[in-house]
Amino acid sequence: MSVNNQKNDMLALLKDAGIAGLIAAALALPLAGFKTFDVNGTLTAEPRFHWVLVAAIVTFVGRFTISIGQRTFFSSFSKAAGSSAGSIGAFIKKNQTTLAILLLTAAIIFPFSPMANRHSLDLAVYVLIYVMLGWGLNIVVGLAGLLDLGYVAFYAVGAYSYALLATNFDLSFWICLPMAGIFAASFGVILGFPVLRLRGDYLAIVTLGFGEIIRVVLLNWYSLTGGPDGISSIPKPTFFGMAVFSRNAQDGLPPFHELMNIEYSTLNKFIFYYFLILILALVTNFFTLRIRKLPVGRAWEALREDEIACRSLGINPTNTKLTAFAIGAMFAGFAGSFFATRQGFISPESFTFIESAIILAIVVLGGMGSQVGVVIAAIVLVLGPELIRELQEFRMLAFGGAMVLIMVWRPRGLLAFREPTLKLDGQDKKGDGT
Amino acid sequence: MLKFDGVHTHYGNIEALKGIDIKINQGEIVTLIGANGAGKTTTLMTLMGIPQASKGTVTFEGEDITHKATDKIVSNGIAVSPEGRRIFPRMTVYENLQMGAITTKPEYFDADLKKVLGLFPRLEERIDQRGGTLSGGEQQMLAIGRALMARPRLLLMDEPSLGLAPLVVRQIFEIIKEINEQGMTVFLVEQNAFHALKLAHRGYVLVNGEVTMSGTGEELLASSEVRAAYLEGGH
Ligand SMILES: Nc1ncnc2c1ncn2[C@@H]1O[C@H](COP(=O)(O)OP(=O)(O)OP(=O)(O)O)[C@@H](O)[C@H]1O
Ligand SMILES: [Mg+2]
Repeated sequence: MSVNNQKNDMLALLKDAGIAGLIAAALALPLAGFKTFDVNGTLTAEPRFHWVLVAAIVTFVGRFTISIGQRTFFSSFSKAAGSSAGSIGAFIKKNQTTLAILLLTAAIIFPFSPMANRHSLDLAVYVLIYVMLGWGLNIVVGLAGLLDLGYVAFYAVGAYSYALLATNFDLSFWICLPMAGIFAASFGVILGFPVLRLRGDYLAIVTLGFGEIIRVVLLNWYSLTGGPDGISSIPKPTFFGMAVFSRNAQDGLPPFHELMNIEYSTLNKFIFYYFLILILALVTNFFTLRIRKLPVGRAWEALREDEIACRSLGINPTNTKLTAFAIGAMFAGFAGSFFATRQGFISPESFTFIESAIILAIVVLGGMGSQVGVVIAAIVLVLGPELIRELQEFRMLAFGGAMVLIMVWRPRGLLAFREPTLKLDGQDKKGDGT
Repeated sequence: MLKFDGVHTHYGNIEALKGIDIKINQGEIVTLIGANGAGKTTTLMTLMGIPQASKGTVTFEGEDITHKATDKIVSNGIAVSPEGRRIFPRMTVYENLQMGAITTKPEYFDADLKKVLGLFPRLEERIDQRGGTLSGGEQQMLAIGRALMARPRLLLMDEPSLGLAPLVVRQIFEIIKEINEQGMTVFLVEQNAFHALKLAHRGYVLVNGEVTMSGTGEELLASSEVRAAYLEGGH
């Protein structure tokens, strides 16, 4: 290698970093270049261009360092990281049952451990909702291979079904829950019919649109949904219709602590929610594990691999996809009605595209189709941002960076399911048959 | 057993089949030969209802199946080993065979599986291997086995010799013969005219969506036109 060559190389790197810096500056100008103030009700902006400069310099130096790094030690480093991650993944996969039992035991013991308080139980419930949604979407995306960017729509349908049925008709949670699931599933079928002929990107865009349509309808159908005000004072669930979680008897039902003959504690209610969502999530999980072994579930996987082959085997692709869509939607509906009853208040704000994106990220990060992967991904994605709250406004930046790193590190997801085990490429055809 | 009566098939504006008549009797091996793009695959797939004929009728065992849904046609007793095999690469051999049996009653599965594995011992050895890691010949066996799992009375095969070494081609054709001797009616689409015509009881020649010639295997093999168009320089 001549010195000249290296010099050219350096120049190219500098140029590359310079371009990155300029892009950063252009982006930072509207994002960080102004600080807004509220002066007597009018919005005024004050320039702070030094921040733009900082962004440009940081990007320039960062890009340059990374490029240099890429040429020297990064490749070997990332290879090592990748293979160690691979062996961790393989280890987890091999011991999946053990891991699942451990996770489950931990989940059951947790509310009775000293770690359980209002805050931690709330967080755990929050994580479990996403685990359930992840498992539900996994049926659609992971198994059937249908990219659904509007999954939150079914979650919303479930939540609003419960809220409306419970507030207008005074029905109990235990009656509304299956109804919310059925409503969500019907919406899945209604959406599915016209769009399931579409494939890949087109399907993704239409589902994205559907998610937004539902949200916009909820926002504007004021007389039914209360529009942006949402629906409040949604009734809390009873203890299977036998007791209520308040200090005193209500609606003719005794309080839970008297029924159980234990001391009153506000925690009881939260422990109940926790177990409720845990059970709902586990039902989703067992259903998925079971149906994967049945012809319908097999057909979903086959359809993801080769639609034409499926058709010639006599599988009806539209019906098969429709069942995946409807069943996925049903579980979102269950999760939605749980969400509504736990919050006691819902509004369209809870059902924005970002929710769909997070759920999809959980499925993808977990490794498309892996049930344990979804749990780990949900913990990482939901608890992660909570745990780094101290970073304040840089929280999402750190979080996004972490996501990028994980996907570089394990591009197929944390626990990739059915990784193709490629053998020798282009197997010898002539040597065959001897 | 099976009859095409003046069948036309269109892909949009393209007329791929221009009124063909084909008859297949119970217990026969009938082959359809023709150049690339002649419409052989289209003929087979029209029979499966993907796409459906735009004119004419397809009759199977006296029943009009022209406008039936594919899953009904499969459960009526027709199965296909499609062009390019199209096995499921990420599923194991066993799972692939399960997919073939998806339209049949579950209680048949074990016996059918045993029968198919008896026919293809190589598949039995590789029962837990992913389909995509099989060799070309094994994949073709799997495609045929998968079709047989649907318990057809008429088996359609689209170019089973595609991309296989001569020795393997001979093996595959042996197996087709064996299946036929056990009572299966076979409709075989082939580029490999020599082997196909030697094996088949009768054959049809398809040119540009039209049947130009038909006869017994020997007759077609002996015909100078067939020799000139499909056999010269080969085999
Ligand atoms: N899905 C499709 N859409 C449009 N045209 C098609 C389609 N499939 C086939 N054709 C056209 O129909 C004609 C017949 O095609 P077909 O696949 O039946 O030929 P073939 O005889 O099987 O050829 P080969 O030996 O190469 O497999 C061709 O002109 C082809 O371009
Ligand atoms: Mg063809």
